[in-house]
Amino acid sequence: MSADLATYNFAYLDEQTKRMIRRAILKAISIPGYQVPFASREMPMPYGWGTGGVQVTASIIGPEDVLKVIDQGADDTTNAVSIRAFFQKVADVAVTTHTKDATIIQTRHRIPEAKLTEGQVLVYQVPIPEPLRFLEPRETETRKMHALEEYGLMHVKLYEDIAINGRISKTYAYPVKVDGRYVMDPSPTPKFDNPKMHMSDALQLFGAGREKRIYAVPPHTDVVSLDFEDYPFEIQTFEQDCALCGAHGVYLDEVVLDDKGGRMFVCSDTDHCEDRREHGHVGAMLAPNQEAAE
Amino acid sequence: MSDNPLLKVSGVSKFYGSRIGCKDVNFELWPGEVLAIVGESGSGKTTLLNCISTRLLPTAGSVEYRMRDGNFRDLYHMSEAERRFLMRTDWGFVHQNPADGLRMTVSAGANVGERLMAVGDRHYGKIRETATDWLGRVEISADRIDDQPRAFSGGMRQRLQIARNLVTGPRLVFMDEPTGGLDVSVQARLLDLVRGLVNDLGLAAIVVTHDLAVARLLSHRMMVMKDGFVIEHGLTDRVLDDPREPYTQLLVSSILQV
Repeated sequence: MSADLATYNFAYLDEQTKRMIRRAILKAISIPGYQVPFASREMPMPYGWGTGGVQVTASIIGPEDVLKVIDQGADDTTNAVSIRAFFQKVADVAVTTHTKDATIIQTRHRIPEAKLTEGQVLVYQVPIPEPLRFLEPRETETRKMHALEEYGLMHVKLYEDIAINGRISKTYAYPVKVDGRYVMDPSPTPKFDNPKMHMSDALQLFGAGREKRIYAVPPHTDVVSLDFEDYPFEIQTFEQDCALCGAHGVYLDEVVLDDKGGRMFVCSDTDHCEDRREHGHVGAMLAPNQEAAE
Repeated sequence: MSDNPLLKVSGVSKFYGSRIGCKDVNFELWPGEVLAIVGESGSGKTTLLNCISTRLLPTAGSVEYRMRDGNFRDLYHMSEAERRFLMRTDWGFVHQNPADGLRMTVSAGANVGERLMAVGDRHYGKIRETATDWLGRVEISADRIDDQPRAFSGGMRQRLQIARNLVTGPRLVFMDEPTGGLDVSVQARLLDLVRGLVNDLGLAAIVVTHDLAVARLLSHRMMVMKDGFVIEHGLTDRVLDDPREPYTQLLVSSILQV
């Protein structure tokens, strides 16, 4: 390539934009759970593909960083592959699928099963940052409710759930209270992952591109899922183990195998599943197949 | 009755540009007392009610409220957080149209429970128990607790709105035409109910109405408004039986006799 040709700035965004986003991130970290407005940019991908998360990642990534991108826990689906390729192209950074090797993990809706450690940053792609949005459509009103800490409405929603379904039926984007102050939408992660946010060693950043909001949970911060005293918060449990690696107590995806009711449950976190299989763990699905082949 | 008024309204005026909403209104409201504000459409009743209940900022004057600790506070010198807290705990506001005061898309139980949850109640069973109790007190059967107000009749909605406001044990309730839009028999039942509740709970209430019969049934005292001014003020029976102002005489004489 000729040196005269214009090229992308490192990590696509220009330095002034990154500076603006970093200021928003710093403010978000200072006020855990508070949604900081920022001037979201057009990104070379459609809204809903993680433009908010991509902008956050682009603003904090450096040449030494190692990036991992997951989509519903998987490293190999379209969204994850294209965002990873994007940063390889515009920032020339090292990428990995191993949770423990990554310094920045951009995620769409899952927190990796492996415990995150100090120094790692988890970047969430958020579609709708406002936890009160479907209860109160007016932005002016929801901002006031956050400012005055009027969160009774959130419990009205949970009350309705119990009244209609006999339990809190919200399974994803389950509202949490951060540091005893702001109620926050943890992005559409399954509620299974909510406990992992509590007192995490890693920094958690949330970017919503279309809605132009950034919020954060600093390391070692209280993140409490809202509930009732007599209907406490519970995470999902699974009857089966992972069909491939036999893991128990992890979040599983259901995979339909045929049109006769055949199905399997596998780890949603592909890296965790591969790692376990490398270490010799075998699930129900792999073991009988081997016998059949012999 | 206690030694101090609950609410002191002095010199409250509201101008819409050069037009008068209400002008120079003074009165005191005592605990357990029901005050009716009557007058024709456009006389400034609702403007006055909104000014007193912090829903509208008056142009001049002050509104002081005796808090539970016994101290008077000027409502417009409080922080917004305190004002909103007051509105959902110690006060109630019953709208003419129940859809304005209810959440139409959540169940009756949640409508009643919302204020409890807003002040920190976090026990589902207890919230539901209280909601059931309150539905009973406003004559809504307990098996409708999980129905949305959309499925309720006009009278039921209005009763649900009253339950929702009274659940936190307020000391002062504002009512804006509480019986407007209801047919006569439903009106009568609702008035009966409100009168019973006000007596039982020792509520103070300010009721805005254009219906003198409502004022007669509910209120102890009444104020007659015309063109933004309070033209007559006194005990309800005195005003209705022996009106002094020509306008009040006209108003009283224009009640249809059946």
